[in-house]
Amino acid sequence: MSTRWPIVHFTVNGQSCAVQAPPMKRLLDVLREDLRLTGTKEGCGEGECGSCSVRMNGELVNSCLIPVLQAEGAHIQTVEGLATDSELHPLQRAFLACGGAQCGICTPGMLMAAAQLLECNPHPSLAEIREGLAGNLCRCTGFIRIFESVIAAAADSTTPVSGQTAHAR
Amino acid sequence: MNTNATNRIVGSPVPRKEGMDKLLGRARYVDDIEREGMWHGATVRSSIPRGLIRSVGFDHRIDWTEFTIVTAADIPGNNTIQLIVADQPCLADGMVNHCDEAILLLAHPDKHKLRAAVNAVRVEYEALPPVFTIEESERQNTIVWGADNLLKSFLLEKGDVDSAWARAANIVEGEYRTGAQEHLYIENNGVIAEWSAENGVTVWGSLQCPFYVHRSLLAVFDLPEDKVRVIQTETGGAFGGKEDYPSTLAAHAALLAMKSGHPIKMIYDRMEDLAATTKRHPSRIRHRTALDKDGKLLAMDIDLATDGGAYSTLSSTVLSRATLHSPGPYVCANVRVRSHSWATNTVPYGAFRGFGAPQAIFAIERHMDEIAAAIGLDPIELRRRNFLHDGDTTATEQVMREPVILDKLLVRALRESDYYARRAQFSRDNAGSTIKRGMGIAAFYHGSGFTGSGERYLNSLAGVDVTPEGRVRVLVSSTEFGQGTNTVLTQVAAEAIGIDYADVVMAPPDTGVVPNSGPTVASRTTMVVGRLIERACLQLVGLLQKSAGLNEHYSREEFFAACERHRATRGEVVSLCRYEAPPGIFWDDQKYRGEAYPAFAWSIQVAQVAVDTVTCCAEVEEFWSVQEVGRVINPVLAGGQIEGGIAQGIGYALYEKVLLQNGHMINNQMTNYIMPTAEDVPPIHVFFEEIPFQHGGYGAKGIGELPHDGPAPAILNAIKDATGVSLHAIPLLPEDLFAELAAHERLVEAPLP
Repeated sequence: MSTRWPIVHFTVNGQSCAVQAPPMKRLLDVLREDLRLTGTKEGCGEGECGSCSVRMNGELVNSCLIPVLQAEGAHIQTVEGLATDSELHPLQRAFLACGGAQCGICTPGMLMAAAQLLECNPHPSLAEIREGLAGNLCRCTGFIRIFESVIAAAADSTTPVSGQTAHAR
Repeated sequence: MNTNATNRIVGSPVPRKEGMDKLLGRARYVDDIEREGMWHGATVRSSIPRGLIRSVGFDHRIDWTEFTIVTAADIPGNNTIQLIVADQPCLADGMVNHCDEAILLLAHPDKHKLRAAVNAVRVEYEALPPVFTIEESERQNTIVWGADNLLKSFLLEKGDVDSAWARAANIVEGEYRTGAQEHLYIENNGVIAEWSAENGVTVWGSLQCPFYVHRSLLAVFDLPEDKVRVIQTETGGAFGGKEDYPSTLAAHAALLAMKSGHPIKMIYDRMEDLAATTKRHPSRIRHRTALDKDGKLLAMDIDLATDGGAYSTLSSTVLSRATLHSPGPYVCANVRVRSHSWATNTVPYGAFRGFGAPQAIFAIERHMDEIAAAIGLDPIELRRRNFLHDGDTTATEQVMREPVILDKLLVRALRESDYYARRAQFSRDNAGSTIKRGMGIAAFYHGSGFTGSGERYLNSLAGVDVTPEGRVRVLVSSTEFGQGTNTVLTQVAAEAIGIDYADVVMAPPDTGVVPNSGPTVASRTTMVVGRLIERACLQLVGLLQKSAGLNEHYSREEFFAACERHRATRGEVVSLCRYEAPPGIFWDDQKYRGEAYPAFAWSIQVAQVAVDTVTCCAEVEEFWSVQEVGRVINPVLAGGQIEGGIAQGIGYALYEKVLLQNGHMINNQMTNYIMPTAEDVPPIHVFFEEIPFQHGGYGAKGIGELPHDGPAPAILNAIKDATGVSLHAIPLLPEDLFAELAAHERLVEAPLP
């Protein structure tokens, strides 16, 4: 890559990153290509499907619509940052138990949207869940088990859970 | 076979086998994979629907020496995609038959340079007259395919239809139309291909049927079987849309790989995927039905036509399934179905969940409500009087040997939905409201597995082996794309052997590793392949008991110890089984008669709909689905299949419209091809009645396609119940409903602000 591109600094999942890239390069491509964080997916490239959803400075964004220069100084969280080394995020546990993921391609974005929702509203109503996930399309599940997963995670996150680890099968 | 209640794993909601990888974001889809020295590929496509290619020019502002360019002349073998009839070229050679047909391929190390290059290739055409509709094609004034535009036809006859009309108390006619539907899997089509003189072609891709792609590549490259290898990567939804199309895309990428000497990645963006890949066949179905004075069906005369698009692809088998589902789940002594699939100059229509059945069931189930209205009978009662029962024969004279419990399903659906009470409530409330509510029903079957002799021809092979590390591996080419293949087949193996779910893994879906267990289509995997895995596991246990001293009762540890003793003497621990048709199954291709399917899944669905007569928006408020799919292997996954299918069916009815202009899809974006969102799907209530099917894996029948068959007619029947307006076509978007309500003077003017 040409050396004339500026270096953009931000953090991803708590780690500092410096990426030299064309300033209009999509954050989605920077995550996937420059940082090899391929958990974030592209579904439509125009902000309709939400598959590329990540959290940026506490907001949910479509990373296909964010030029990387806009991420200067930002704190970004992707699906790779949800689980800790020892424990799954309550949403990941719930999606696994409730059948919230089928083909899995919308799942990373859906998890980020759900995480955003639960952080702003730890005990959402069904209507609030529907609204909170309305920007994320799933073609497999009909959404019903995704709603159930979010409800289960909301209940789960208030009670301590003996850790099912990321490495368990 | 073991279907008793003591099963430990079959019937339990074990978590999805590959679920952890998907939730952690580490599942590897094709676009997540990089290969050393990889280039990117792109496609130059036809901008006209039909014509001769006069010249191909290259804009001088592009340095073409940086690119690899592939045309039909570079194809070492046959320039055809192998499916049923080899009429579709891999790359257009002198002529195009639809917009967005592939003409030329480009590859470059930098994918960002490809778009401009594609636009800098100038194709000059001599346009020929195109055909865009079933009506234009069947008129045969312009011939665009073969001698007569006819891709396929069937004649299904039972009894004597023509003599029945004179005896009829009532005759009811109707015409019904369905539109195209896009799969809208969230992961677009994509592959990576490599080529070497030594190893031939290797393809990784998002696909349903590795051996379909394998077979097609053999022909395009004129290579022996061991020089083509196809590996399915994690696949982000398919729904039939990755049944046949990946054969074309894989060939394109592999041709570029061969010529460039580099691995080639080709990932379609959403616009290209929507414009260039298959959709559900549009249909026009006419019913003429004779009834006796008691509302019993005397004769059904059905004329069924589908739009097949520019090449035959899967249109013949889609037409066959549509034909076989068109009389619905009813008894009738005299049935005639004349069905035709017509060529048009659009992208070929292909496989989509249901495979012709949703079109056929939309027509018959809407028609049943029209009949009920015409003869003054309750639509529920009309259906009840005509339902198939055990021992009855279908239109192909297949005797229903397995239990048919439509009455029981109906009773449950009516009770769970509180159908009659809600209807009564709505008929009271509707008069004083601009919002009109109604209830609608659909009753249907879906044939499990390949149609007719299909499963015999497939002759599937599947099984298990045991690795030295002490894992049982399921050996199948049946793929996972969300529907649960990995989970269900490993459950079956763990159950049959008597080991833990965690002891069983899937072998990689790689044609170099696994046998051909047939394509992952037609709701066949759990029933047909599941049964093969069950048999192979029981065969393995028997073998170990004979050869390796395994006792009749054994622990998990004793099983794996016996495997190692067997390995020490035989070298490997493997057990394969080949498909055996259930006894008494015979299909006559010539007469189009006999056992159309080894088993049927049955369902009753009920929709509650609210129609806003001001905005013309129809909304599904609640939905109930009761079904009998044999044994449910995993209740969480099975419920997810039903709910997802219903959501797609709601989209089919009310949201999803493919708009073609000059044969090109013009709303080829998620912005303007609209699917139901989290705010659109209603509460969906799912209920299973289980009757184990003795020839299915642990009693299972097909499930995946069934739920998509019923929502459209149930919803339009509910709209009729709500508004009194009979609607005969889907998709029914607000603008369509506006026109219909206006025509029937049922519109309400918006109150002034």
